[in-house]
Amino acid sequence: MENEAKLTAGAMTTFGIAVAALVVLPYIQVSDVQPPDGLKPYTSAETRGRDSYIANGCVYCHTQQPRDRSFAPDAERGWGRVTTPGDYYYDKPHLLGSMRTGPDLMNIGVRQPSMDWHLGHLYQPRAYVPDSIMPSYPYLFEIKDEAEDGEIIVRLPPKFAPEGKIVVARPEAVDLVKYLQSLDRSYPILPPDPQGVEGTDKAAE
Amino acid sequence: MDSALLSLLAAFLLSLIGLLAFIWSLRKGLLFENPRAASTIFAPGEIGKADDPALDGQAAQRLQEAISKSHGDEPQAEDPDEIKDRIAADRSTAFPVFMFIAFGCMWLVLGATAGLVSSLKLHWPDWMVSDAWMTFGRMRTVHLIAVLYGWITNVELGIIVWLLPRLLRTPLKGPLWVMLGGSFINVGIASSIGAIGAGWSDGMEYLEIPWQIGLFIQAGMICIIGSVFYTLLHRKVHELYVSAWYHIAALLWITLLFTVAKLPGVHFGVQQAMTNWWYGHNVLGLWFTPVALGAIYYFLPKTIGRRVRSYNLSLLGFWTLAFFYAQVGGHHLVGGPVPGWLVTLSIVQSMMMIIPVAAFSINMAGTMWGRMRLALYSPTLRFMMFGGFMYLLSSLQGSFESLRSVQQVAHFTHFTVAHAHLGAYGFVSMVLFGAIYFMMPRVLHWEWPYPKLISLHFWLASIGITIYFVLLSWGGWLQGLAMLDATREFMDSVRVTIPYLEWRSVGGGLMWLGHMVFVGHLLVMILRFGPNRTGEALFAPEKMKLEIMHGK
Repeated sequence: MENEAKLTAGAMTTFGIAVAALVVLPYIQVSDVQPPDGLKPYTSAETRGRDSYIANGCVYCHTQQPRDRSFAPDAERGWGRVTTPGDYYYDKPHLLGSMRTGPDLMNIGVRQPSMDWHLGHLYQPRAYVPDSIMPSYPYLFEIKDEAEDGEIIVRLPPKFAPEGKIVVARPEAVDLVKYLQSLDRSYPILPPDPQGVEGTDKAAE
Repeated sequence: MDSALLSLLAAFLLSLIGLLAFIWSLRKGLLFENPRAASTIFAPGEIGKADDPALDGQAAQRLQEAISKSHGDEPQAEDPDEIKDRIAADRSTAFPVFMFIAFGCMWLVLGATAGLVSSLKLHWPDWMVSDAWMTFGRMRTVHLIAVLYGWITNVELGIIVWLLPRLLRTPLKGPLWVMLGGSFINVGIASSIGAIGAGWSDGMEYLEIPWQIGLFIQAGMICIIGSVFYTLLHRKVHELYVSAWYHIAALLWITLLFTVAKLPGVHFGVQQAMTNWWYGHNVLGLWFTPVALGAIYYFLPKTIGRRVRSYNLSLLGFWTLAFFYAQVGGHHLVGGPVPGWLVTLSIVQSMMMIIPVAAFSINMAGTMWGRMRLALYSPTLRFMMFGGFMYLLSSLQGSFESLRSVQQVAHFTHFTVAHAHLGAYGFVSMVLFGAIYFMMPRVLHWEWPYPKLISLHFWLASIGITIYFVLLSWGGWLQGLAMLDATREFMDSVRVTIPYLEWRSVGGGLMWLGHMVFVGHLLVMILRFGPNRTGEALFAPEKMKLEIMHGK
């Protein structure tokens, strides 16, 4: 090959096909998705918590996409039904994740609604899950002699509480837990369109 | 019409078009061998001559003897005009290339350290947790940005800038623009590492760099592309050698990829996830891979003084890579909330990737056939062969990994991490090391002071990545099986990986040690410490040698 114009044009064409197939078509396909009735936008505290989730890179160990029963036993583990595009309507950026070093968190708000548990678990995961390899997040907390007004005291198992001191949650920790509690995609979604299911056309004949 | 029928029809049409293209290429003579094109990297008379600047005098002689024995022909005297062009090309690029390599190695040290710390944190979860920037989620991302954008991207730019003027027999036009572009890119990398440490991230894998900082990287790429194209238009050669196609196309692709994926305010929800993974896979496929392949296509034949086996096979490899690889990536969302057709398309194209991989591997095996033991004599060749073989391995693994049945186990586990390291380290980084060992004596006009350290680096890196890959894949597979078994609690999938995560740190530690040896050696060379040898590596005429050595 001796022509740089051909090279450039060819390289751009293959690239253009890929953009059309993998970026533009999905864009068109999901652009009219509406939020399901059960889904509420995030509150400002939850949004701050979500930012904290992103800043600390929680997404690198936790997915937010339970998979279909036919694919993996996610539902049996209590992680919830398979998600649909509408479930992510308010998610920007998406936090689908690609690793399950820890469990899926899409419905953690249903599984574990307790603020106390979450705060204690963030402070020291091994206080609740002995073999956990999740990092502890002491910088989201303060160790004090006594709490001031309005501060949330973290109740820890005695073995993990600092002696003679108390642990209070910083606002970032409280917001993060509020975000985790908001992760609830357990509302029902419409059953799939029967026409789309393979085999139904034949059965109707 | 239902979708099965549509896809059958599409497959039929595609194969019809393929057949027509095949007949057309036969008529055009594209399938006949073109040894003239494959020889463009050699000056007349240079074929059969060993070329490995990483070697000192005696070792270079041994390599030459081994080559003469296996090729059976003695090299002739080279054409002095061509060599003069090459020297002019090398001189025009020396400073920009030095900048890219120096930045690359700096980021390698930082990135490898952050990687090792992240690996240790996975089995020592309470180690280094007092400050936010140390936490796993940030340290891991600093590792990723530093090695992908800092190390690989800088060194690849260095290789492109060094190689193109040689291939085009033209001095680099606008080296100041290249330097400006390189500065923009490295400002961008430094700022994004700072931003991620401080908790400012766009939150998507491979796309963490905040888009505002990403503008620097785009501006830098545009400066470099401008200069590269201007050089291309002033070239003296008629044939564009295969490395040039890979490198020019890759430069265009990465700039467009980054632009499409980072468009602020466009992508949302699951569509963003698809774009994210399309980018995440293509930054490997359309940037790291083609530049590294282009480098192998140059350095490997050049070292042994023998043209690649089949030039047309490299052409086939290039176009099929361009077509198929660009549509891979959706398989990262197998079983996720995305349209099924998209995942299927990506799986099909992943399997099609076997074509370019086979084209490259057959070509290289043909070039090296009966000459494998030359790797004993030449460190550049050793790194290139290792990298080329890992390309075969990681791409085949990637193709099969995209299948739904394999994904079911491997997805969401450390298996994927092991695979990513096989590609980015075993293949790409090893090729980059080899290229640096070849280029730096030409860039700095100074020999590598301690050739034994090159071997030490090779063994540390190759044993390190082998331990890392084998044990982490194994652990990841067990993790996936534990997760699929509904009768076992989730924590089983964590417990089962611990010994393998520890082995991963051992492998990572060896790789880290290798980098320290490598960067230390480079530093010694830059500062001109160590033995002052006659300069077998130099091929500049005597007068120029003195002129450049005045720095000593």
